[in-house]
Amino acid sequence: MTVPFYVSPEQVVKDKADYARKGISRGRSVIVMQCTEGILFVAENPSRALHKVSEIYDRIAFAAVGKYNEFENLRQAGVRYADLRGYAYDRSDVTARSLANSYAQTLGTIFTEAPKPYEVEIVVAEVADLPKNDQLYRLTFDGSVGDEHGFVAMGGSADVISTQLSELWSDNLDFEAGVRLAVTELAKTGIPVGAPPRNIAPNELEVAVLDRRRPRRRFKRMTSERLSSLLVS
Amino acid sequence: MAHGSDSARLPDAYLATGTSSFTGFLASLGPKSALVPADASVSGLAESGTSGGQLTGVPHGTTIVALTFPGGVVMAGDRRATMGNYIAQRDIEKVFAVDDHTVVGIAGTAGLATELVRLFQVELEHYEKMEGAPLSLPGKANRLSNMIRGNLGMALQGLAVVPLLAGFDLDRGRGRIFSYDVTGGRYEESDFQAVGSGSLFARGSLKKLYTRELAPDGAVTACIEALYDAADDDSATGGPDLARGIYPIVVLVDSEGARKLTDSEVAEVVRMVVSDRQSRPDGPLAQLPAATPNELTEGLGE
Repeated sequence: MTVPFYVSPEQVVKDKADYARKGISRGRSVIVMQCTEGILFVAENPSRALHKVSEIYDRIAFAAVGKYNEFENLRQAGVRYADLRGYAYDRSDVTARSLANSYAQTLGTIFTEAPKPYEVEIVVAEVADLPKNDQLYRLTFDGSVGDEHGFVAMGGSADVISTQLSELWSDNLDFEAGVRLAVTELAKTGIPVGAPPRNIAPNELEVAVLDRRRPRRRFKRMTSERLSSLLVS
Repeated sequence: MAHGSDSARLPDAYLATGTSSFTGFLASLGPKSALVPADASVSGLAESGTSGGQLTGVPHGTTIVALTFPGGVVMAGDRRATMGNYIAQRDIEKVFAVDDHTVVGIAGTAGLATELVRLFQVELEHYEKMEGAPLSLPGKANRLSNMIRGNLGMALQGLAVVPLLAGFDLDRGRGRIFSYDVTGGRYEESDFQAVGSGSLFARGSLKKLYTRELAPDGAVTACIEALYDAADDDSATGGPDLARGIYPIVVLVDSEGARKLTDSEVAEVVRMVVSDRQSRPDGPLAQLPAATPNELTEGLGE
């Protein structure tokens, strides 16, 4: 007779978490940052079609790292959630807080019930008229949610970038300075210790902003022409 | 898996792959979802208030005109909603920029029409966000056609919705206009079109004013003239209300996008049109040969 192999719940959770972390750390990083004009998203992403940063609703955007099919699934669910709420109630009733809550519940359920956790980390950001009212929520694979201020870095080199940004980021950064800072920090990752920073070409970057000055739909992608001229100057 | 306790998690339908259509997604949720608007039954209402096939108890929107010009398209609508003989609202808005390059004007049952536009607007934005690229202009036109057909039952009970769609076709680089009937029939118009109760008069007016070489501001003036003529002969169409400062809604669409003209911009054109009408109430005159003095006296002699 075979004896059922016992695995403690602690071990199951730890294994799943390790598995998810390993998947996430393989990918390039994404930086989300508050600036005076709005909320800025900078991702290292050579693809023009498979986005890591996307529009969810008027004031809300989504950024993710990890497995594309998994976070794309969450993104689409978020668009559906936001559009349905906005249609059933009013556009002003769609908030990042409630979306982040739904994502947290969803990721939490998948983490505990599904055989494999989602290997993703996401940020849900909502821009306000004033920087102090901006909202940044970071969600991890197990459904934990954190309310962040200033900046968030996700992906392979998140810790290194966060340490750097905590010294260099300030709340009076404008959009252009923010992009330069984020690109500089991304260039320092993915290289051996002590090596000179990489040169990241503008077409390998995905940059977007939730611009608090725009009417209605605040989300705007930055063209690589504009990005090139900004990074050169 | 969906226990009552974790009701805050996103239901399976949200996470399902498949449709990029918002109405398709609504259908997949089914009638049980509290957020899906109820399928209103208006049979009793329609029977009680019908007069000559049209419900008199609910507001109706009236005249919308649209015309193309080199480089774009312009749409304008009067501001009146009528309820039988009454004016239900004098500053209703019936022309909507539904996305960056598309505009919809509505005539018919105001409540259903504004709801249709709201849903259409969500539909276009939803598709754009899900797919990462907007629908083509003919794609939008077909989608609207489908949504109007869904209202056929109501239309047969006197609650018709007849929109007019115009937009800038980025693939072809020109403005295009689509008109509809209550069954969802979609017809592309080459130069100009009008819908609503005053449309016959507006179309007659546009016919005399339209050329394919109109400048954008000329196109706007033609729209205002046409709406003036519609209001002149159709009691349900409202003329410009200078006393209250209520002017037609005008939306101009070109390669740069859709732009709603400000009240002061429209007011300027309206004042010009109204002041010209003081000297010629019937509007601009076509140049036709006049009778010679000889012919005039001959006529008098008889």
